[in-house]
Amino acid sequence: MKRVKRRYLLLQVYTDATLSQREVLDAVWASITKLYGEHGASLAGLSLVSFDEGKKTAVVRVALNALQPVRASIALIARIAGKEAAVHVIAVSGTLKSLRDRE
Amino acid sequence: MKRTFADLHLRLNPKDLAMASRIVAKAATLGYGLVAVPFSSETRDDDEEAKLRRACADAGVDFASRVDLQPRNREQLMNQLRKLRRRFEVVCVSCESKEVARQAAKDRRVDLLSFPLIDYTRRFFDRAEAELACQSFAALEVDVKPLFLLEGSVRARFFSTLRREVSVAREFRVPVVVSSGAASEMLLRKPREIAALAGLFGLDEALGLDAVSVNPVAIVGRNREKLSSGFVAPGIRVVKEGNDC
Repeated sequence: MKRVKRRYLLLQVYTDATLSQREVLDAVWASITKLYGEHGASLAGLSLVSFDEGKKTAVVRVALNALQPVRASIALIARIAGKEAAVHVIAVSGTLKSLRDRE
Repeated sequence: MKRTFADLHLRLNPKDLAMASRIVAKAATLGYGLVAVPFSSETRDDDEEAKLRRACADAGVDFASRVDLQPRNREQLMNQLRKLRRRFEVVCVSCESKEVARQAAKDRRVDLLSFPLIDYTRRFFDRAEAELACQSFAALEVDVKPLFLLEGSVRARFFSTLRREVSVAREFRVPVVVSSGAASEMLLRKPREIAALAGLFGLDEALGLDAVSVNPVAIVGRNREKLSSGFVAPGIRVVKEGNDC
């Protein structure tokens, strides 16, 4: 079976509110599902690797093929848990190690 | 070569300089090297513009002045262009009628063509419009702000309209400029995120990046050359003046 290539995204959440890991992940899933439907979302291979509540940064893993759609979906997030927010992709990397170096 | 990213539609309030400075600083952080701020043609204040220019310089961002024209008919457009073209670096025409859209597309003094956001009956960017625009170097402007505000079927229809217009623009080689249209920090996005959003209406990654870098930077560069004192005609400029030439 062909190996699925992945990319790790370092995300920065901008909001005045305090957010939990669950709320951030739900917002990303909701945005992808709204934009590409459940089938499209299933192809993204999205999972949350870590979330730092203090710095409001998150690391998510996605399939390489779905990088641009996931980037677009993340860019469309304007509210998280009812609060105004924006999420920016700070860095994209093929390995967690090099992503951590950029943090 | 490193790209210079530009946002040609940053809606700053010159009266609220603190807020404007924050937005410009955020734009700089996100990677923009050039921003254009629209001013009202009637109420333009040189002092306010100077303050905004200084705020941009402090943030390390190049500043360009822009005017959004909303003429009711062809004659009014011509009058406004005659009065304002040399005062602003970017001229955008909001095409509210077909007559205005056609005149704007064929007039070389117009840089950007924009259309009513969700009034689909008044989006006149068709093949005829694109053919005129490609001869006069006018670009199609797409603001991404509505994408954050619309939802469901309205957003789907908006995507569909944009996809059709962008496809026509590509066919006739009309440059597409994607801008934020943002009036707050929260609606600003990174240039690569804007390029990813452009993918939703038919621009691939390279064209999406061009729409936030090459195309807008070319418009501002071309106009600055035209507005410079030595400009004679495209490709011709005064290099030296005097009796010994």
